[in-house]
Amino acid sequence: MKLQHAVLIFSLPLMATLAVASTANIGERQEIMKSNGATTKPLVAMLKGEAPFDLTTVQKSLANYQDNIGKFVTLFPEDSKTGAKTSASPKIWEDMAGFKSAADKFAADAKLASSTITDESSFKANMPTVLKNCGSCHEAWRVKDAQ
Amino acid sequence: MKLPARLLLVFCVFIIAAGYWLTDFDAHFAFRGDGRWKTTRAADPVNGKVLFAAGGCISCHASSGSDDRVHLGGGKPLKTPFGIFYPSNISPDLKDGIGRWTETQFIRAIRDGTAPDGKPYYPAFPYTSYRHMSPDDAADLFAYIKTLPPVAGNAPAHDLSFPYSVRRGLVLWKLAFLDGTVIEVEPHKSESWNRGRYLVEGVGHCAECHSPRNFAGAIIDAKRLSGGPNLEGKGTVPNLTPDKTGLATWSEAEIASLLKDGFTPDFDSVGGSMAEVVRNTAELSDTDRMAMAIYLKSLPPIEGQKRSK
Repeated sequence: MKLQHAVLIFSLPLMATLAVASTANIGERQEIMKSNGATTKPLVAMLKGEAPFDLTTVQKSLANYQDNIGKFVTLFPEDSKTGAKTSASPKIWEDMAGFKSAADKFAADAKLASSTITDESSFKANMPTVLKNCGSCHEAWRVKDAQ
Repeated sequence: MKLPARLLLVFCVFIIAAGYWLTDFDAHFAFRGDGRWKTTRAADPVNGKVLFAAGGCISCHASSGSDDRVHLGGGKPLKTPFGIFYPSNISPDLKDGIGRWTETQFIRAIRDGTAPDGKPYYPAFPYTSYRHMSPDDAADLFAYIKTLPPVAGNAPAHDLSFPYSVRRGLVLWKLAFLDGTVIEVEPHKSESWNRGRYLVEGVGHCAECHSPRNFAGAIIDAKRLSGGPNLEGKGTVPNLTPDKTGLATWSEAEIASLLKDGFTPDFDSVGGSMAEVVRNTAELSDTDRMAMAIYLKSLPPIEGQKRSK
């Protein structure tokens, strides 16, 4: 009886730590995606002509995408498949290489765009290619309310 | 004792015979008549191209493994709780596609869910919505598909679980759930509202995914467009009515914008099957996308399942 209690007492904090660890990853993933959304907002306004073109904002946004996605793909350990309202598709863990290459493509497109975008017309020509990554990744790797 | 037993037997035989006849491939035809595929003008492939995008034909019928928007060889599996459907080859190939079909056969398929040989299609092919298209529009769609490249090869047969594997049952299903009416213009509503309704409820078949279904797989009318479980897997499909669990806070412009570039007002980008839908609606005109938004915002709000952001 006592031994069982001892095991329980010692393992509880350990289990709690594990749970916190995976939840933290999920939370961080969601924060990064929110940041991507906030980054996208002014860009789409510029594309639609609702806001004036501003090269500094565009360049900052493209750098932000690259930082975000680089960090994002490291936040998918085995213990973060479920919980905390994650919308991550189980497919991510079945094909981690495919998932990472989709992320790399996004980063590469953003990097390329930062060198090709110099004015409003090159922005309008090149920005949609970068933004298409949002939809194609969500199509393949996200399932809303999966649990 | 003897008489009731005999009566019971007669009754049983009658029920079985009636059931058999009601599921006969010709029963639907006998009940509903054949006046619903008459066109009133020459087919217009330009309008057909618009309907092709609005109807999302390519999303299911694209050749398996092909990424282009014109090869309609079919075969890409659609996994559902009823089993796996393999959409057919609807390219104008003479042997494997619909190249030899007559216009009337095509209109019957679209508006009635009936194949040229009289067999009923499974409603995974959303003729439950397409039936609201006018015969003229269905003929336009056919004219456009005829301009696309022929693709050889057949899709595998559907792999369904019992009792869904019994195709005869569909005749009864169609009698119960399919009335074959064209959406009539409501004169007291605006032109864009009417256009939006036609696109959303008819060719766009939004309700097919965005509504909960009953035990028989038919849309629950009272809950139409209020979202529901995702039939293609885990997760939920969002509520499109202007309820607080749906599009209450969205402006018409925001809905139209999502249909163009896939971004929500929070600049999340839609995923899952909706990403493919947006590739189709992106090909529509701004006017058509706005019309769909106007119609959706005019719906009575229905409470749906809550969905996380």
